[in-house]
Amino acid sequence: MSDAVFDAGATPARPRKTIIRRHRVLVRINHWINVAALLLMLFSGLQIFNAHPHLYWGQKSTFADPWVSMDARGDRGLTKVGGLVFDTTGVLGRSKVDGVWQTRGFPAWLTLPAQRNLAVGRNWHLFFAWVFTLNGLVYLVTGLAGRRLLRDVVPTKDDLKHIGKDIVDHARLKFPKGREAARYQVLQRLAYSAMVFIVLPLIVLTGLTMSPGLNAAFPFMLDLFGGRQSARTIHFLCMVLIVGFILVHVVMVILAGPINQLRGMITGKFAIEEEAP
Amino acid sequence: MNRRIWLAGAVGTMGAAMLSACDRVTQAPATLKRLLIAEKWNRSAHRAVLGRGALAREFAETDISPDFRANGSISPNDADYRLLLASNFADWRLVIDGLVERPMSLSLAELREQPARTQITRHDCVEGWSSIGKWKGAPLAPLLDKVGLKPQAKYVVFHCFDTLDPSAKDNTQGRYYESVDLVDARHPQTILAYEMNGAILPVRHGAPLRLRVERQLGYKHAKYVRRIEVVDSLQAIGRGRGGFWEDRGYEWYAGI
Repeated sequence: MSDAVFDAGATPARPRKTIIRRHRVLVRINHWINVAALLLMLFSGLQIFNAHPHLYWGQKSTFADPWVSMDARGDRGLTKVGGLVFDTTGVLGRSKVDGVWQTRGFPAWLTLPAQRNLAVGRNWHLFFAWVFTLNGLVYLVTGLAGRRLLRDVVPTKDDLKHIGKDIVDHARLKFPKGREAARYQVLQRLAYSAMVFIVLPLIVLTGLTMSPGLNAAFPFMLDLFGGRQSARTIHFLCMVLIVGFILVHVVMVILAGPINQLRGMITGKFAIEEEAP
Repeated sequence: MNRRIWLAGAVGTMGAAMLSACDRVTQAPATLKRLLIAEKWNRSAHRAVLGRGALAREFAETDISPDFRANGSISPNDADYRLLLASNFADWRLVIDGLVERPMSLSLAELREQPARTQITRHDCVEGWSSIGKWKGAPLAPLLDKVGLKPQAKYVVFHCFDTLDPSAKDNTQGRYYESVDLVDARHPQTILAYEMNGAILPVRHGAPLRLRVERQLGYKHAKYVRRIEVVDSLQAIGRGRGGFWEDRGYEWYAGI
């Protein structure tokens, strides 16, 4: 009588759902601490950037010729990138705060706090820098020690061979089914590896290189990044990459089934659909 | 009323309300006090990796910024300062007192007779920009030896001429001040500079005398110094946090 529900053989057309364990508890904790720390650092970082919304290359600032600049001319907000100038009124360079136009780099809804306050922005940023870095170290050390990072995140040779197929699948928004859904595909592996091993370490190192104290302790870091202002620019570019990653990541989670994906990262349980044997 | 405009207005108002609610949470004094624990972590971590003597990078003449920026006060309006400026600081004297055995005061000429150090260093503003300049001045450490610190001495406070916040009600009356501990006070690159880029220190950069404390951010480099006071606690000065900007929320340890 209950066979109809539980016997896969009775409903051959419907795939059977199996719950597997997806992420271990430490990874889940790492992930959500990272979400909080990264968001707070992003918004407080944009507040800090707004204190001088210009970027340069090299050891020092060349005020007359920044590489990137958000500024206002008259009532227009202008964003300069290299030799290009964009009118970004309302968002970058000039935007409304509580109904009043202000000349500011990023708009109030992207900065912590919303009002201009460099001191508070720094308080938040420099506190969560510790949280972010220590959390990241725990993730890296436990992931590498258990070889989990190398097994599950770094692309294998076989993965790289099938990169063409994965690109086509992604472009068609065709997501893997069954056991394959619980495994990272090559584009995911490349994106996660780039974040974990390159971009996130780089944003920490360039952040440290902006510290005049640490410059005295580790002067080679200035040479590594080509100077303090270069470090600040690279720090900013890493932020742009991370924001891009987060946006794509969230869109992919939504497209792949947000409830199941979120459950995988909160409780660790993840449902996969298996073809009946 | 057009429904769409009303809706946009409602969303905007709600957004603004949320932002200001956020601002109340993110700027609550208790929250900020908790976040400032990171300042202690930074200071301890830096002291551990820096040691006492690690030097800030020194640059070449060709690296000097042609466009060195000036922040904070750039032309103090204080009457006592104006008077001294009018006579080219002939009557200016630097007072060194507080917890010292032999308080003293020096004229600019006497300061110039002290052993001098010249250094081309990078100045990093808390806002994010950097400029490189050449500074010549008297290292602070030998001066501290000359006056002799009392055993309970812990901090060196720099009192300045410029009023940066005329509305301030504390005992600094809004005049700029700064402080460093004895590690930074005795650091070889910590100098009282009277020359910049080979010329007499300009008013906008702190004439006649400014502090250079090269391993920290720009706001520590007090300009328009008139008095150096050695103390055992920062409690009794201003709002008690060790500096003009520190009293307004910035970190006392500005090595990051």
